[in-house]
Amino acid sequence: MRVKAIQRILGLLLMLFSFTMLPPILVALIYDDATIVPFFSAFCLTFIIGMVFWLPVRNYRADLKLRDGFVVVVMFWTVLGLSGSLPFILSEQPSISVTDSVFEAMSGLTTTGATVITGLDELPKSILYYRQQLQWLGGMGIIVLAVAVLPMLGIGGMQLYRAETPGPMKDNKLTPRITETAKALWYIYLSLTVACGLAYWGAGMSGFDALSHAFSTVAIGGFSTHDQSMGYFNSALIEMIAVVFMLLAGVNYALHFLAWRGRSLSPYRGDTEFKFYAVVLLSAAAISTLYLYWTMTFDSLPSALHHGIFQAVSIGTTAGFTTAEYHNWPGFLPAMLLLMSFVGGCAGSTGGGMKVIRVVMLLKQGMREILRLVHPNAQIPVKIGNKAVSDRVVDSVWGFFSLYVVSYCIMSMVLAATGLDLVTSFSAVAACMNNLGPGLGDVGANYASVNDFGKWVLCFAMLLGRLEIFTLLVLLTPAFWRK
Amino acid sequence: MKIIILGAGQVGSSVAANLASEANDITIVDVDVELLRELQDRLDIRTVVGEASYPDVLLRAGAEDAEMILAVTNSDETNMVACQIAYSLFRTPTKIARVRARDYLGYPGLFRPESIPIDVMISPEKVIIEYVQKLIAHPGALQVLDFAGGLAQLVAVKAYYGGPLVGEPLKRLPEHMPSVQTRVAAIFRKGYPIIPEGDTVIEADDEVFFIAASKDIRSVMGEMRRLDKPNKRIVIAGGGNIGKGLAQALENDYNVKLIDHNFNRSKKISEEMNSAIVLHGDAADEELLVEENIESTDVFCAVTNDDEANILSAMLAKRLGARKVMSLINRASYVDLVESGDIDIAISPHQAMIGSLLTHVRRGDVVMVHSLRRGAAEAIEAIAHGDESSSKVVGRAIEDIALPAGTTIGAIVRNDEVIIAHHDTRIEAGDHVILFLVDKQKIEVVERLFQVDITFL
Repeated sequence: MRVKAIQRILGLLLMLFSFTMLPPILVALIYDDATIVPFFSAFCLTFIIGMVFWLPVRNYRADLKLRDGFVVVVMFWTVLGLSGSLPFILSEQPSISVTDSVFEAMSGLTTTGATVITGLDELPKSILYYRQQLQWLGGMGIIVLAVAVLPMLGIGGMQLYRAETPGPMKDNKLTPRITETAKALWYIYLSLTVACGLAYWGAGMSGFDALSHAFSTVAIGGFSTHDQSMGYFNSALIEMIAVVFMLLAGVNYALHFLAWRGRSLSPYRGDTEFKFYAVVLLSAAAISTLYLYWTMTFDSLPSALHHGIFQAVSIGTTAGFTTAEYHNWPGFLPAMLLLMSFVGGCAGSTGGGMKVIRVVMLLKQGMREILRLVHPNAQIPVKIGNKAVSDRVVDSVWGFFSLYVVSYCIMSMVLAATGLDLVTSFSAVAACMNNLGPGLGDVGANYASVNDFGKWVLCFAMLLGRLEIFTLLVLLTPAFWRK
Repeated sequence: MKIIILGAGQVGSSVAANLASEANDITIVDVDVELLRELQDRLDIRTVVGEASYPDVLLRAGAEDAEMILAVTNSDETNMVACQIAYSLFRTPTKIARVRARDYLGYPGLFRPESIPIDVMISPEKVIIEYVQKLIAHPGALQVLDFAGGLAQLVAVKAYYGGPLVGEPLKRLPEHMPSVQTRVAAIFRKGYPIIPEGDTVIEADDEVFFIAASKDIRSVMGEMRRLDKPNKRIVIAGGGNIGKGLAQALENDYNVKLIDHNFNRSKKISEEMNSAIVLHGDAADEELLVEENIESTDVFCAVTNDDEANILSAMLAKRLGARKVMSLINRASYVDLVESGDIDIAISPHQAMIGSLLTHVRRGDVVMVHSLRRGAAEAIEAIAHGDESSSKVVGRAIEDIALPAGTTIGAIVRNDEVIIAHHDTRIEAGDHVILFLVDKQKIEVVERLFQVDITFL
């Protein structure tokens, strides 16, 4: 463990992050909010803390080892969750406790989109903007951003990058150099955001709402500037724009990169994960629509159609925007949608959940066992596309799945033990772990009613989901700390 | 620069490590997933798994916009086909391939754009043989590097007590040798570089790099240490490609013995030798070495393909009385380990080879690059082009050139004449300028110095 190297990078990252407190000040100036002082103090505090970390070891030079990468990433996300909550704590509006502030910041950064704040419409614009911005930064991963803009992270950057980006096969770099890869990802991310913002704006949102929602849509976050979320705009056009961009953001960014570089759509057509992702979301949308229409939840077919599609995509990609109270929809729909969030987005996207590729591999592995019963002597590789996946990867996917399920069960039990009812606790943990946002039962609209201890557990769940379990859990094993 | 390296063996991976630290886009191709994973963990490069000569694999490795392809798989044929495909399908500008088999090398017409388009052929064995040959020709030198086709040489020696100049400042060098022109390019003391100035005092155990015309090398070396007697009796351990080639290159000028442990191999080699004696036996066999008068051997040179065997047999030979022992060592960590001990010179094959590759990676008109001290330092021969207005070096005195810290201009070769650099020496167009960089990080600045402005064409 190279404590000094870790400390140095952590300090640098914190100082870098502190600058993200400045845009909200600008917003505050424009809208004449009273939040300039809290944001400025948060900026100073974060910057100084980073400085205190960095100054004593600023001249220390050593590459990060694989292990150090985990520590940096986890520490950074934790510290970021805490320092990101400073504006909420310092600002008079919203007047929420420290626990709630941390929950809100963590939910923003991990792109969960679960909120404890009610009465969003009355909040200062700068606070609203800040929440959206948190999601946007967390979406592609703030460390990937740091790797893109801080070339000195160098080879250590690879260790960080791997600990942060989602998906089971992380060795596939888009370009030979890590900095270039990170830059490419952020360019794509930025272009998607700009396109989304313009589309929203063109469809009738105000400039502020368009920007804010573009942030949370492309990050697959789910925060909104209104209590009614997307439902506030009551516009089918806006909802369909959101659907398109959520779908795009949930696709592996490597595909976007290849398509953009080759100026063709063929990378999408040939990708197994993309096809599965499309099929799952399409069928979910179809089932939702038909079921909604059949149960007469909405009186007309078009209405059922756009609510069904929007909600299926929003929950399926783990964004968590709502246009209707989906948790009060009839029968099996809420449960089906919540279960879909376990599948989540594609690897290397901004979506949450277990990632489509893992589910595909699990299914194929299951099919393989069945085939083995039929042909006991057959060699049956697990194939993705036309390539066999090495058993090592399949094993790690199984390991991931088992830990995911176990963590989910344990945290749900803990939450239930704090006095929440079963539907609430199970759905809250699912919604947080999958970085979805709205759950069922008492947490359908917001998390204000959850007790303090429960919120800390959920914070942990969100981080666990965002860092894909292994990165966080590895720090909790004794073997990791043994010299 | 976008570079594709085919083959993640010892050469491929050490080249990748060397180039990746210099803001090059490196993609490395190999069939061995484990090897690639290990490299990927260590270096900031991209890896592609697959047969290096398949067009599809090359395409995945980004051959479409690669500027250089370096084929160093262990198969000559794969290397050649890969270069052919890169040329035919992707028009890759620079194609470098390793070709080992002598049969291919005998036909110069073979490797031309209309037949097998390889721009540069590298043969590690040949490079090492020449390297060792030069070391044997200059007893006492740690490294001998050629510039301008051998007119000027950069030599590394260890200063010893008893050398006339040891303990004296560099500015007294001309007083010691009025007729000889030389320049000390760098001094490494306990592994750290010192930029030599007039007042710098050479201490015992310093590693001194100096540049001089080839004919003057011996007299300069005499200033740093007592001169070793010229080498006469050489023992080579290992009859592989390197050992055999080395014996053939040396047998006419020296008294050469070659030891190989494989009976058939030693028999076959003996048939190809004129005067060298081929011995069948174990190079680490004490009795064999004593029997063959190891105590009066000038140089014992262990060049088997096994690092450990090389190190141990060289140490044994030293113990038994060989004057100088050299050992071929592939593993970088071993080099540091043994060089301070019994083994006089550790020959690192990749180090010897990487220079010839770097020559093609460097921007500007660079004719020769020698990589030193495990790639940390570099000696470069670059040609100055342009005129006073378009070039940053031509027409300027050396003291007026904005060299980065840690860089010295050692010598200039003008019309086959070696001019040792002084602060007021002016550089003319067409000069071969020999530079020494203590810190490779500064290479970009030097490259820019020798690039001519776009307006000059």
